[in-house]
Amino acid sequence: MSLEPFQRVLDRHADEVLRFLVASLGRHDADDAFQETFLSAMRAYPKLRRGSDVRAWLLTIAHRKAIDVHRGRARRAIPVAEVADRLAGGEGMPEVGDDGQWARVRTLPARQRAVLTLRYAADLSHAEISRVLECSEAASRRAAADGLATLRMELTA
Amino acid sequence: MTALTPPTVDAAALAARVAALAAEEGVADIAYAQVDSPAGRLVAARTEHGLVRLAYEDFNGGLDAVLEALAARLSPRIVEAPARLDDTRRELDEYFAGRRQAFDLPIDWALTTPFGRRVLQATAAIPFGRTSTYAAIAAAAGSPRGARPTGNALGANPIPIVVPCHRVLASGGGLGGYTGGLSRKELLLGIEGSRPG
Repeated sequence: MSLEPFQRVLDRHADEVLRFLVASLGRHDADDAFQETFLSAMRAYPKLRRGSDVRAWLLTIAHRKAIDVHRGRARRAIPVAEVADRLAGGEGMPEVGDDGQWARVRTLPARQRAVLTLRYAADLSHAEISRVLECSEAASRRAAADGLATLRMELTA
Repeated sequence: MTALTPPTVDAAALAARVAALAAEEGVADIAYAQVDSPAGRLVAARTEHGLVRLAYEDFNGGLDAVLEALAARLSPRIVEAPARLDDTRRELDEYFAGRRQAFDLPIDWALTTPFGRRVLQATAAIPFGRTSTYAAIAAAAGSPRGARPTGNALGANPIPIVVPCHRVLASGGGLGGYTGGLSRKELLLGIEGSRPG
């Protein structure tokens, strides 16, 4: 049993990887991260073990790309005046529809942000998330609950 | 706040761009495209070395089966990248329109055995509008065992039309076999003005 043609992996998972990256990074940076995710995945693909969970594998790669982008942003100094702008829009891009709620998720601590985007944008279970983040399932649930609580408090404050 | 809902996305254009880039930069090992022709829909696939597969889609179990066979035999790093097959599509269009007699496409023989490759290279030397026989090709390929293994090698031609196995006929003047069905062999011979009988 050989690996299926990579095009099929791309066709099947492109939307969910992009949903995750848009939620995690905003639309402005998601396109580049999407490209890097699938190019990295294609390079590593022949070594993927047969029977692996391809979706979780792809989202692990996407998650690492997202971390790189977030670290890059953190390294750049952000003038205070721009912060409000970012909170509202993420990199100053206009946000459409439900993107505003994800802009708030992006301001959460890294673990909570990762769990909420993997859970609610990419639709992974907490069991799958625990493998992507190499944490316990309980830790994943806790981070999700903490993140959601913070978002509610922000809204009602 | 209400429940978090996934952002609305349409990744199709981005995915196509990734596939094209991967094929261009050699991250993908195989680029493919579907090509419509008067002989039915074809799947064309190339590596960095050249055209490696041209399959009659219906005769080979459909697109998925063609791609799966490529994944198993060559590499699973396969992407749909039509731009990488523009030359192939253009030359095939010209051939079917009667404006091209010889193909100038580089060939990757990776799917052939050493013997099969000798048979197909001897076949590639048959000019447009001419035909040969299994026996003559067997002799040209140095087959010690006569026409039967040669017929098998022609039947396994991974690149029909471009490597013109349709120009090889039975010694008695009959059509012999064809990897896309005999009606296609007749169609191609008709285009070349050498339909027997």
